[in-house]
Amino acid sequence: MSDPVLSIRDLTVEIPTRGGLLRPVDQVSYDIAKGEILGVVGESGAGKSMAGNAVIGLLNRPAKITGGEIWLNGTRIDKLQGENMRRLRGKDIGMVFQDPLTSLNPLLTIGDQLTETMLQHLSITQTEARKRAIAALEEVGIPAASERLDSYPHEFSGGMRQRVVIALALCAEPSLIIADEPTTALDVSVQAQIIALLKRLCRDRGTAVMLITHDMGVIAETADRVAVMYAGRLAELGPVREVITAPEHPYTDGLMGSTPLASKGLKRLRQIPGSMPRLTAMPTGCAFHPRCPKAQDICRHDPRPRRDGGRAACHFPITHSAEETA
Amino acid sequence: MTLGGDCRNCRLMLAYALRRVLQSFLVLLVVGLVAFSMFRFVGDPVDNLLGQERTQEDIERVRADLGLDDPFLVQYWTFLKKAATGDFGLSYRQARPVGDIIAERAPATLELALVSGTMAIFFGVVLGIFTAIRRDGWVANVIMSTSLIGVSLPTFLIGILLIYLFSVELGWLPSFGRGEVVDLGWWTTGFLTASGLKALILPSITLGLYQMTLIMRLVRSEMLEVLRADYIRFARARGLREKSVNFRHALKNTLVPVITVTGLQLGSIIAFAIITETVFQWPGVGLLFINAIQFVDIPVMAAYLMLISVMFVGINLVVDLLYFAIDPRLRADRTKAH
Ligand SMILES: Nc1ncnc2c1ncn2[C@@H]1O[C@H](COP(=O)(O)OP(=O)(O)OP(=O)(O)O)[C@@H](O)[C@H]1O
Ligand SMILES: [Mg+2]
Repeated sequence: MSDPVLSIRDLTVEIPTRGGLLRPVDQVSYDIAKGEILGVVGESGAGKSMAGNAVIGLLNRPAKITGGEIWLNGTRIDKLQGENMRRLRGKDIGMVFQDPLTSLNPLLTIGDQLTETMLQHLSITQTEARKRAIAALEEVGIPAASERLDSYPHEFSGGMRQRVVIALALCAEPSLIIADEPTTALDVSVQAQIIALLKRLCRDRGTAVMLITHDMGVIAETADRVAVMYAGRLAELGPVREVITAPEHPYTDGLMGSTPLASKGLKRLRQIPGSMPRLTAMPTGCAFHPRCPKAQDICRHDPRPRRDGGRAACHFPITHSAEETA
Repeated sequence: MTLGGDCRNCRLMLAYALRRVLQSFLVLLVVGLVAFSMFRFVGDPVDNLLGQERTQEDIERVRADLGLDDPFLVQYWTFLKKAATGDFGLSYRQARPVGDIIAERAPATLELALVSGTMAIFFGVVLGIFTAIRRDGWVANVIMSTSLIGVSLPTFLIGILLIYLFSVELGWLPSFGRGEVVDLGWWTTGFLTASGLKALILPSITLGLYQMTLIMRLVRSEMLEVLRADYIRFARARGLREKSVNFRHALKNTLVPVITVTGLQLGSIIAFAIITETVFQWPGVGLLFINAIQFVDIPVMAAYLMLISVMFVGINLVVDLLYFAIDPRLRADRTKAH
């Protein structure tokens, strides 16, 4: 495999608070290759968005990257500041947010917002930018694109607006897209369309995608590999089929058990007892041990388990027979 | 949905403007009623005009002249017709047409209001943006703390302090009056002479300080709010420059809510001018009004009331239309509503 587009190594984000140092992202490592879609899943508060924001350099103060490395196309970017980081945003890394209703500036036409972004990153003329803006809108499936260019965001439906947002994120042809729950705010009926659109566009261009979502169904259909996060740490990372059909981490296993998946038939849903620890009260050792059915003494003590070579960061990964995995 | 083009917006805007103008007229009718009632119910106009030595005949004649025996609505209508042409009768005290007196005094007040309004908006918006963008800097913090003084000190005290410092102690600026004015025939202006300009400084600061502070604090809080919005995050995530994020994307959204309040503030500048004009003996309509109250000069009071409400209503109208021009969502809502 060629060099990955994005490579993060032991990425750690910390927030200093009066109650002490919180670690919403704790030594997370993963790669995303050209044209690959990496799904990032986990409960609310697991640190999925925080990791994405760290990559694009948009952490809200006082959160800060305090450890690890981020490499984009062979260049280290976690230490970049101000102008240097700004130039990467939009140009090399695009981002799609959750809520298309609030992602677009209500007082500027979508044409304005598109051309401004293109003119910022590409050396083209205003007329050329307009032409490209129309093409970009056509590509994301906005009908009568040339007429809609001068419309304001409120003149579009939610699904259409998310298409515009995708066009904006892709208009300078970035090599990585971070999509943070791109369909959560949308009608169920348009969710699939938007995911399919994102998938097609990124496949066509070879864009690497970090797809953050709660929805295992979306991951199952869209992603190539999946990263499961728990309390700021990476619990499991592996190819989607394997992780879904044969999870190795007890947490992933629980997560799959509590997700109704067509491919697994109509099993009764299992609930994982307890809830994810708060950052202010992290257990020692493995963060999952208080809820884990397989926890042993070693799980309760530092150092915590690491994902060395295997898929799961667990002392006692679940083993599966060959027939289960198939 | 788009029916295409600016012409639709023009027509919408025209229809909207017409409706607002109509509403404004209604408001003025009501204020007119109040002003008219003052004539009827505060004191006896016949007394006011005739003094002590009068015959029954005189009284009858004056009553007939003034139309006091006509039905209420007819009198009100006559009053309105005259008011519309600026005819409010004779001042009880000066025995001259009130319209003339007001016309003489209005330029002083309007110039004062114009200068302090412009100052308040300009500095209010600029400082508001500055303190929002540099919200953690020490300069911004100093400005914010100082601005508390601006809102909490009463206008007359600010005026007196300024007079004490710049007129009494330093002797740089005059403490009262308009200075030399140039008579343009229909307008007297202080803008054309050095002494006129100097005389404007202290009163305009006094009058505009409160409004400036208010506008500044409002712009700051709106701007901070907007800077947290998703579309600003998205603009940053697309790598737009800070300058564009702050001034193209954030500022316009900040101004939408600010415009309304600012409009109301400008209206109150003219009303507040009463205090400033009294402190600085500024020969404007505010001072005229204060004097009129002392002498129960009803025609002058009524005319002042009408003038102020015309200003208020006018400013409101302009503000609403500005709103309409800036915010495309408003235009859409109107389309749906009809
Ligand atoms: N300023 C802050 N102070 C303290 N804790 C914070 C702060 N900002 C974020 N956090 C915590 O950081 C953690 C990670 O948040 P993040 O938004 O990355 O979660 P997420 O996985 O994206 O969740 P969701 O699915 O709800 O979007 C959360 O537990 C959150 O409470
Ligand atoms: Mg999130």
